[in-house]
Amino acid sequence: MNILVCIKQVPDTTAIKIDPVKHTLIRDGVPSIVSTFDAYALEVASRMKDKDKQSRITVLSMGPEQAKNALKECISKGADEAYLVSDRVFGGSDTLATSYILSGAIKMLEEKNGAPFDLIFCGKQAIDGDTGQVGPEIAQHLDRALITYASDAVMEDGKLKAKRESDEGYDYLTADLPAVITVVKTAYEPRYPSLKGKMAANKAVIPTLTSQDLSGLDLAHCGLKGSPTKVRGTFTPTHEKNGQKIEAETGDEAGRTLVKLLSQAKLIG
Amino acid sequence: MILNEQSMELVNLVKEFVDNEIIPHAAEYEKKNEFPEEILDKALDMGLGALCLPEELGGLGIDNVTMFAIAEELARGDLGIATTLIANCLASFPVLIAGNDEQKKMWFDIMQEKKYAAFCLTEPNAGSDASGMQTTAVKDGDDYVINGTKCFITNGGIAGIYTVLAVTNRAKGIMGLTAFIVERDREGVSIGKEEDKMGMRLSNTCEVIFDNVRVPKDHVLGREGRGFKYIMQTLDHSRPGIGAFGVGIARRALEIATAYSRERKQFGKAICNFQAVQFMLADMAMETEAARQLYLHCAQLMDAGLPYTMEAAMAKTKGSDVSVKAALDGLQVMGGYGYMREYPMEKLVRDSKILQIYEGTNQIQRSVIANQLLKKIK
Ligand SMILES: Cc1cc2nc3c(=O)[nH]c(=O)nc-3n(C[C@H](O)[C@H](O)[C@H](O)COP(=O)(O)OP(=O)(O)OC[C@H]3O[C@@H](n4cnc5c(N)ncnc54)[C@H](O)[C@@H]3O)c2cc1C
Ligand SMILES: Cc1cc2nc3c(=O)[nH]c(=O)nc-3n(C[C@H](O)[C@H](O)[C@H](O)COP(=O)(O)OP(=O)(O)OC[C@H]3O[C@@H](n4cnc5c(N)ncnc54)[C@H](O)[C@@H]3O)c2cc1C
Repeated sequence: MNILVCIKQVPDTTAIKIDPVKHTLIRDGVPSIVSTFDAYALEVASRMKDKDKQSRITVLSMGPEQAKNALKECISKGADEAYLVSDRVFGGSDTLATSYILSGAIKMLEEKNGAPFDLIFCGKQAIDGDTGQVGPEIAQHLDRALITYASDAVMEDGKLKAKRESDEGYDYLTADLPAVITVVKTAYEPRYPSLKGKMAANKAVIPTLTSQDLSGLDLAHCGLKGSPTKVRGTFTPTHEKNGQKIEAETGDEAGRTLVKLLSQAKLIG
Repeated sequence: MILNEQSMELVNLVKEFVDNEIIPHAAEYEKKNEFPEEILDKALDMGLGALCLPEELGGLGIDNVTMFAIAEELARGDLGIATTLIANCLASFPVLIAGNDEQKKMWFDIMQEKKYAAFCLTEPNAGSDASGMQTTAVKDGDDYVINGTKCFITNGGIAGIYTVLAVTNRAKGIMGLTAFIVERDREGVSIGKEEDKMGMRLSNTCEVIFDNVRVPKDHVLGREGRGFKYIMQTLDHSRPGIGAFGVGIARRALEIATAYSRERKQFGKAICNFQAVQFMLADMAMETEAARQLYLHCAQLMDAGLPYTMEAAMAKTKGSDVSVKAALDGLQVMGGYGYMREYPMEKLVRDSKILQIYEGTNQIQRSVIANQLLKKIK
């Protein structure tokens, strides 16, 4: 199996603060990490590789040069090779442009490999941008089957079997390959890097793919120019604790209290 | 000495693992009296069970400095876990020293598949004095037939493969001892009593019994009659690791005692303000660093291909003595609380003691050091 995992290097949002005056992120001194769900995606992929040792995992990221550190971390956890997409003209890309450029890079790698990736993994969303659009957009650009929000996935009889969280419980979905899959938090934690992986990561040479390498791309669809999203303004949401916890001996009693409160607030008739 | 960047990265990775996966859970396993299989499986996945696997067989090819620095980190987490993992190296050294390519391949394939290996030297009546051993290996056609009981064997009950020292020619004394590879699943190999130990409780220590165990002659390591020499070389090689274990425990004791001394208030101030407490902490820190430099220096000699027998014995003895003292002093800093199972210090006292005993008691080490000294002066 030939697997690709798209990973984004993000600031550790659990450590980030927002400037209350300028409404911008205070990035100083905040460590960069592999976006959480991408780390889970890599773990799902690595478990597939554990079962089928012939598999190869490639990781791909678009970002500045320092995103190579995130790619190296993936190699230390078992990825076989990594590519960084980086070019000034790609800067300022929104999700549409990002997914267009990533798809261009994927096509280029597939041409080089002489075959499409059997599986393309993404996180359900990047923990900074949070849109959750890039994965599905890649599936669209490449015209591949798509399974979103998988909390686990395995290969069975040459097909992808995924477990997806839904409000009612779990959906079990099957897809033919090649396919794109986006991953949520799994029941298991991502593995530690192996010592060997760490040594391999240190030695790894990670090629940078620029707009010249991705000659199939129409630059009008890349970067700021190719990004229809316009940020009109930003604000810091206020976190007010205005929830109320209803505590009662029985569910029945709690239900009655709830109805009373809601009707007092004129939310129900 | 200062570790180079690559060693440092590996050591830091192990430290992260120890902080997240070993330290928070080791005490629970000890309380439940349960083997920490889950933790060990993760450690094995990281490659921590095969630190000495040579590069040509798919191993890391790390130097001795890095290997022992990793041993220090593991022991800072839990000595039982550290011993379980590093005993794989102890058992493998005779194979690396005397084995041929096929033997090495077979050994490491089995060790990695079955997870653990064990080193079988000690017997009920042969501890410090290996020449008193009673286990025999008698040649029978193309095979040897092994009979005897080994005791206090680390990983004895969980290993898939053993290195075993046995008498092939009693008349020749230590020149009549031969080293063998024996698989766990050979007929006649069984596990006897599992020891109920004072400390290091997450390590498996068992009797291993050989009852008419037949092994083909290609299971002989090196030459017949040379086993004792290989085993002495093995112990020389592994001893700095015991020193490193001691440093790991002492470091942990110092960390806990320092933190506690800042929290605990008596006579209106934190006890770290009392000079008597400060001096205990200062001595712990100084001795720990001295012991660290000794094992690292020995490892550096090994990596440089220089003689190291005396330094290995020094590193082992110093590291273990320092750990016992540091754990006891750390306990003293904590007063009555240190004596309670609820706190982590008493475990370090119980764990550290073994370091003065196994892989050659500290009395034997001092004899080794003295022998080397007298040889040099002569
Ligand atoms: C300072 C700043 C300014 C921004 N300005 C704009 C703007 O003006 N307009 C706008 O639309 N957006 C803007 N963005 C958002 C940015 O374009 C998005 O971060 C990016 O397009 C990816 O979207 P996302 O983060 O929501 O990823 P998601 O769609 O949530 O990511 C889903 C998955 O897609 C993959 N993925 C996402 N990004 C990458 C990547 N770079 N490389 C590899 N895989 C990836 C990962 O697997 C990820 O888990 C800005 C972001 C920042 C931090
Ligand atoms: C938890 C544990 C794990 C172990 N793991 C292994 C293992 O994996 N493989 C293995 O082969 N063995 C193992 N051992 C055995 C260990 O190496 C021996 O216990 C050790 O070598 C001491 O032998 P002994 O216990 O028979 O003590 P003895 O040799 O009986 O010693 C008793 C006392 O006499 C002293 N003494 C003996 N001879 C002299 C001398 N010539 N000069 C001065 N003092 C002397 C000793 O220092 C000691 O204080 C393990 C032991 C323990 C407790």
